[in-house]
Formats: sequence, C-alpha cells, structure tokens
Amino acid sequence: MNGNGAPILSTKGITKSFGPVQALDGVDFEVSRGEVLALVGDNGAGKSTLIKAIAGIYSIDDGEFFFEGKPVDISGPNDATKLGIATVYQDLALCDNLDVVANLFLGQEEIASGPGGLVRTLDETDMEQRSHELLEHLSVTIPSVRSEVGTLSGGQRQQVAVARSLLGDPKVVILDEPTAALGVVQTKQVLELIHRLRDRNLAVIVISHNLANVFEVADRIFVMRLGRKAGVFDATHTTEEQIVGAITGAEFGEGENGEMRRQP
Amino acid sequence: MKLRIGDPDYAAPEDARAEPTSPMDILRRFLQGDLASLRVIVVIALIWIIFQSQNERFLSATNLTNLFLQITAVGLISVGVTMALLIGEIDLSIGAVSGFAAAVMAVLNVKHGWNPWVAVAAGVGVGATIGFVQGSLFTRFSIPSFVITLAGSLVWQGALLKVLGSTGTVNLTHSEVIRLADTFYSPTVGWIVMGVGVGLYALITLYGHRRRLAAGVTSEPIGLLVARVAIVAAVAIVAIAILNSDRGLPLALIILFAFVIGFQFLTTRTVFGRHLFAVGGSAEAARRAGISVRGIRVAALTLCSSMAAVGGILAAARLESVNQSSGGSNLLLEAIAGPVIAGTSLFGGRGSIWSALLGATVIGSISNGMYLLALESSVKYMITGGVLLAAVVVDAVARSRRQAEGRV
Repeated sequence: MNGNGAPILSTKGITKSFGPVQALDGVDFEVSRGEVLALVGDNGAGKSTLIKAIAGIYSIDDGEFFFEGKPVDISGPNDATKLGIATVYQDLALCDNLDVVANLFLGQEEIASGPGGLVRTLDETDMEQRSHELLEHLSVTIPSVRSEVGTLSGGQRQQVAVARSLLGDPKVVILDEPTAALGVVQTKQVLELIHRLRDRNLAVIVISHNLANVFEVADRIFVMRLGRKAGVFDATHTTEEQIVGAITGAEFGEGENGEMRRQP
Repeated sequence: MKLRIGDPDYAAPEDARAEPTSPMDILRRFLQGDLASLRVIVVIALIWIIFQSQNERFLSATNLTNLFLQITAVGLISVGVTMALLIGEIDLSIGAVSGFAAAVMAVLNVKHGWNPWVAVAAGVGVGATIGFVQGSLFTRFSIPSFVITLAGSLVWQGALLKVLGSTGTVNLTHSEVIRLADTFYSPTVGWIVMGVGVGLYALITLYGHRRRLAAGVTSEPIGLLVARVAIVAAVAIVAIAILNSDRGLPLALIILFAFVIGFQFLTTRTVFGRHLFAVGGSAEAARRAGISVRGIRVAALTLCSSMAAVGGILAAARLESVNQSSGGSNLLLEAIAGPVIAGTSLFGGRGSIWSALLGATVIGSISNGMYLLALESSVKYMITGGVLLAAVVVDAVARSRRQAEGRV
C-alpha cells in the first residue's frame, strides 16, 4: 500500500535556520492519501522542525508548500488547519478533569438549537452521539465516552487525542511520537488506530524513534539527517540496518538493497 | 520481537464500552459522581443531629429559618469564590470587596438619595469592575492571583473606610434595601414557588431523557430519574413546610437559590462553563484548543467579585447597616472554606456551585449551633478549623484513591 495518486502534501526546498543553526536545509518531502509515512532521524536531525513548519508553527525561510498540487502559503497554525492538516503533539494536550466527549469537542463544542443557543448551551446529546460514531468507526476501546480522561490509560489517551484531531475532518494527520512511553498492548492499539486512519484514506505522518514500530506501521520511511533528507525507503523492501545506516550517515542507503557494512 | 497487527494472542480487551445498565454500575456511577455532595449531606445530617441532641430548639422552624438567613450572604460570596476555584485561582479580596460594594450602595442610597435598586446595581457594578481590573492585572502581568487580590484586599478595605466617611457607619434602617433580607412570602406563594420549581426540574429531566433516547444515546433508566425528581420534591416540600410554619419563604433564600441554580447552569451546561473547567484542568490544553484562557480567567474573576458585591449587599440588608467592619472578620475564610469543605478543589478543574451552598450550610450550622449552646468563640474557631481540616483530608484521600484506581 503506497498511497494512491499524486501527493496530497509536498514541500520543495524547505529551509529554516535558527540563528547559526541550519535546522532544515532544502527539504523535499511528500506524502499521499492512504499512506503512512514514518519520519525518522536522530535527535536534532530536523524532524520536529519540519513537522512544525508544516503545521504552521514555524515560518520557513525559504521553500514552497504544495497542497493537492497547488502552491499554498502556510504561515500560521490556522492556515494548516484550514488546509486540513491536523497535528497530535506528544504531550496530547488533554484536560484530565473532563470526560472524553468534552475533550473531543474542546474548543469546538456543539451549541444547542432553540432558546438555549442564546446563552451558548452545550448540545451534549449530539456531541455524545457523534463521539460514539467517531470512536466506533476508529474501533477505539474506552470504558465510556463519559469517562474522565484522567482515568484512561496512556494508549487510550493517545487514541482520544488522535480521534479529536479527526473531528475537523482533516486530510493529513501528523502524529508526534504516538507510542513513546506506552506499554506493549497500548502500543499495539495505537498502531492499529494508525492503520485505520490510513484505511480512511488519510495521509498519516508519524514521527517515531522506535524502528520496530516504524516498520510495523509505515508504508514509506523518510529519513532525515542534519536537516537534510537522507533518503526515502519502502518499508517492505528495507531492513532496519539500512535505516540505521541512513540515520547515522553510514555509507549505504537508498538503492543499496541489503548490502551491509558492519560498523566497528 | 515485532508486534503483528491482528495477532490472535493480542485480542482486544473485552468491549469495555458495553452499556452501563446493570444496577451495580448505576449505583457506582451515582456514588462516583455525587460522592462529594453525598458525603457533605451526611456531614450536615450528623451536625444537625448532634446539635439537636444538645439543644432541642436547633431544628425548630424558627432556628432553621434563621440559619438559612445567616448563610445567605456567605453562600452568595462562595458561589463567586467557586468560579475562581474552578479555574485554579483564588480571590482574597472578596471580603473587602463585599464591604466596599455594600458601602457604595449604602452611601448612594442613603446619603445621595439614589433609588435603592439603582444603588444596588451600582454596588454590584463596582464589584464587577474590581474583578475585571484585578483579573486583567493578573492575566496581563502573570502575577499569582492571590498576590493581586491580597493587594486589592487592602486597597478596597481603605476604600471602604474612605467611602463611609468620618462617622464610619451608614444606617439602612429606613432604606428599601433591607427588604432584601426581611421579606417573607405567604404560605401560598411558598407552595407556588416550590411547585413551579420542582415542576420545571421534572420537565427538564424528562425532556433530556426523551432527547437522549431519541438520539440513541444511553440514558439513565426512567426509574432512577423519577426517584431523583421525587427526592428533590420531597426535600422542597419539607423545606417549604418548615419555612411556612415560621415566617414563610424568605426572599433572601429565593435570591440565594436563584444564583446557585443560575451559576450551576452556567458552569455545567454552557460553552463558557466547559471552558472554565478546561482552563482549571489544563490551561495549556485549553489554549491549544483555541480557548481564550485570558478571557476565561478575567470573566471568572469578574463574576467572583460581582458575587462578593451581591453577598455584601445582602449582608448589609440583614444587618441594616454598613460599617467599618463590614466584610471583615472571618467572612473571607468562611466563604473560601465552604466550597472546599464540600468538595471543590483548590487546584482547579473540579467542583460545583452546589458546593458553595452545601459548604455554607455546614459552616453556618456549626456557628449557629454553637451560638445556641453559648459556646465561647475560642472553641468555635477551633472546631470550625477542625472540620475544614477533616474535610480537606477526606477529599485528598478520595482523590488519591480515585487516581490509584483510575490510572492503569
């Protein structure tokens, strides 16, 4: 499964520096609908900077964004949201004291029709119904949509955060380290959820340090090194050693299938 | 050691979203949801039983009416304090603000001959303005709210003395404002108010239930809803019967309940209330969800000060005067302790407006009962402090147990 058709989101020559540090140096990147693209690289390789540039948190120095083939301007988080790019950051940003429904709809609550709408009364019934539909569709298992988020496990919280990002009906979902700090079973639940996002024909970008997870979930693997693209690999025809080589900058990678050189 | 999607060894856990329809489930949810309130009701019952056994006048209609008149002012201030507590802030200026706002009202009415209700509105307006200014300073300079409001407390204390002038007191004996505290309605009016209130509650409950069923969302069984309405109706009937056998339903109590119900609606049923809890739970999460955290904070502190003014005006109406000690003494501590005793967290994001009413009832019952027993105020302080400490400890234990159970 390598996505279908033209890339939905691509960048060309993205460059970003923080003072003397060149965080991104002419990065060309693309992701298509219906594929999971893993973004890997060592600390400081520029993964987060690239994601934040796409999410509109950092303004870039140079380069272009294309969305559905057309050049677009992403100069703030709202631009990215409007295009249909949703980001789930590592810290999830959930309110532990609120229930799942409240968290899913936080900041975009449904308002009751009729006289209650004048004082912006919540339409709890409608929100609960939509929460059920959404979570059922994603096969997310939580005790109840009325559970407080603080009582959920790490994996369930991650799934709620991902589900929340889907409420705006995005086309691209970016997940920052979705399995960090999760146990085995919880990791599996989250990886399954990522597969279901792909099945919904979304473009999914996953940042991860865990190569085992990357190989399990990704269709393609985009390796970054020192602010540059170090290579893009097809997950089914690549070994972990090749990816490690690309991450660390050993002299093999794209095109050298299976030719291994041991590091001392 | 790779995980495989679809591996039968990792079958998904039992569908945990099975509809919670078994009676045990419902009982557990009820206990979890209303545990704090239930606990406080038990405490109130215990306090009443103890005092009644010591002095049989405690549960007389006259004394219970007095008790509710005594807690009106502090209860109203506590409603505002709860707004501040829900966002995890505290307002230490409420005592001084209540005194100052009442003084402004009294001076405008008595010394300048303003219409009493315009003067009351002006007093509340002063409270709202103070809250807005303090809230804006708090959000603008990111200074802890307790520091801003502590400074404010001194400023408004000074303003109170200034407004009262050299005599240091303004009598409201001939003012219309005292009608707020000494108006009692006839038994018929009492029963009508009770009937309308309970009827509306039943209608809203039934309407919500119908809507949820129609939308295919689980709703509590009709039996439980009927039981709840019946309990509310029974309490209301007993309360009205007691009040009617004394002087009747006091206007002050209607005012208190109107504010409690209004703020309960605001905090639990509206977008504003949802955002209030979100800011109290995690300001960062709220900010990222696009909520104006500053706006919510300023609004909460404005409402807090406004309610302090309302409470101060009710207190003035009851005392029939405003003087230099208005809003002083332990009003501030009682107004903050009340909601905390009844389960509102000092750390934000947890609690309810009902806790203001229940907490005020606990503290009011203790001080009323001790007054009847003619205990020394030294004993009174220590016992009140002990109850507050016990309540906070019980709350902390409950919270840590909940976390231990909840987090896997």
